[in-house]
Amino acid sequence: MILEDIGHEALSFVGGVGDLALFGIRVLGSIPATRGLFRRALRAVHEVGIRCLPVVAIVGLFTGIVLGLEGYHTLARLGSESVLGSLVLLSLVRELGPVLAALMIIGQSGSALAAELGIQRNSEQIDALGTMGINALGFLAAPRLIASIFVYPILTLAFNASGIIGGAISGCLVMGLDPGVYRTSAEGALGSGDLAECLVKSAVFGVLTVAICMHQGYTAHLRVGVSGARSVSLSTTRAVVLACVTVLAADALITSAFL
Amino acid sequence: MKSSSRPLLKVSGLRKAFGDHVVLARIDLSVPRGTIVSVLGRSGAGKSVFLKCLAGLIVPDAGQILLDGRSSGTSGGQRTPSGPRASFLFQGNALLDSLTAFENVALPLAQTTSLSPDEIVSRAEGALDRLGLGAFGRHYPSQLSGGMQKRVALARALVTEPEIVLFDEPTAGLDPLSRNAVFELIVRLRQDLGFTAVIVTHDVVEALEASDRVALLDQGHIRFEGDPESFMASRDPMVSDLRDSAGALARHVAGITGVTPLAGRFLT
Ligand SMILES: Nc1ncnc2c1ncn2[C@@H]1O[C@H](COP(=O)(O)OP(=O)(O)O)[C@@H](O)[C@H]1O
Ligand SMILES: [Mg+2]
Repeated sequence: MILEDIGHEALSFVGGVGDLALFGIRVLGSIPATRGLFRRALRAVHEVGIRCLPVVAIVGLFTGIVLGLEGYHTLARLGSESVLGSLVLLSLVRELGPVLAALMIIGQSGSALAAELGIQRNSEQIDALGTMGINALGFLAAPRLIASIFVYPILTLAFNASGIIGGAISGCLVMGLDPGVYRTSAEGALGSGDLAECLVKSAVFGVLTVAICMHQGYTAHLRVGVSGARSVSLSTTRAVVLACVTVLAADALITSAFL
Repeated sequence: MKSSSRPLLKVSGLRKAFGDHVVLARIDLSVPRGTIVSVLGRSGAGKSVFLKCLAGLIVPDAGQILLDGRSSGTSGGQRTPSGPRASFLFQGNALLDSLTAFENVALPLAQTTSLSPDEIVSRAEGALDRLGLGAFGRHYPSQLSGGMQKRVALARALVTEPEIVLFDEPTAGLDPLSRNAVFELIVRLRQDLGFTAVIVTHDVVEALEASDRVALLDQGHIRFEGDPESFMASRDPMVSDLRDSAGALARHVAGITGVTPLAGRFLT
């Protein structure tokens, strides 16, 4: 019984990956014939950026504060508090920044994206585009996918910046580390590979999660046994869960590739 | 090779089932160029499914749809650029809710034609003006009443100067006055712009008043097809049922609003 369930899950997972890949290919294929793509992509960058910046900055700040506190205590036991800046910065840039920023963007914007496309599907707005001779994927999905390549790294950098400040708040203001020491340690910490890893990760997370969220919304009408508002809510939930899991799985893969 | 005797739209042997549920069993229908054909049927008869097959939004199981003699090269609702220009008015309007009324109307021009931006603006504004919406271009669909949304959808459907327009219950869900206004608009615009139309409706009065031919869809077949006069004369029990209920309704509506019943021509 359990084996059968696992088998079913595995099969539907493989099928889901195939559907998603096909969806991605169709979005890419729609790009050449789409007009005003650049303008729409720019607007999407702006929209997602504005919508997510506050929450990303706040979560970054708290993450930095916790890193500063925990890091200071651990390092103090070894007598090496002076490298707190490096610890905070490297943790943020290589790991926490891309992952946590992506999770926050999924919650703040990916869910909305899935819901929006699901509603547009339900109210026949997507069909309407088709009857007007407009490629709905080119019009609705392609700009968002292109925007994701830029907006995730930008927001991740913002996350890192406010995390560094958070680390300084707890490390220097609370624990009393000299700000100059914190700064010197942070400045010397980054190798060129670290920043590359950060940007590659966040761009990959962006493309994957935005594709997943759009795919779930776009295919809301294909859900068996549900329709209307229920299909939109299911699509949204599923989009968020799948996207979050994908971020962590992709993180493991990319990290092992860079190390 | 345009022959005036060839119907603009010819449907033969159209069949569509969802699982075991046969919605359209075998539909044959011809729509001559320049005419308005109304397809009547109760709700759930498959009128929307039929129209969506014509628009290429639903892929039929069998049968042929010829637009101007060519197999309508549509798949998944994506219109091929070669065929005659067709527009679809959705039962629920299907306006893009993130765009203003003006942007909705301008959209098909901006995305599918090579008109200059100035030309697009003037055409879209012209279409809105013609439908009495000149002052509402900057409103979003959610800020407009149902009747106004319907008119925006009409403007969007007609702004591309289509050769054939498919209307799915253009007046359903509107109050009686908006209904008359929208229907009279369709008839008037048809005179001005000269398109061919298929109007799906469950309103017998409208169908008789506005169209050149009437078809009755029932149980997956076209049960009756003819001009309004022969519809009025038909002895088919379902047709006479519809006629009677329409007559009663028309008198009722006239009594309430004092407006001459639309179908006065036929129902006296
Ligand atoms: N996508 C679909 N899947 C399954 N059944 C459908 C679908 N679309 C329509 N139907 C069924 O087809 C029948 C006709 O629907 P419709 O064409 O919308 O009726 P109407 O004549 O009121 O427009 C209904 O019984 C409906 O349940
Ligand atoms: Mg219908």
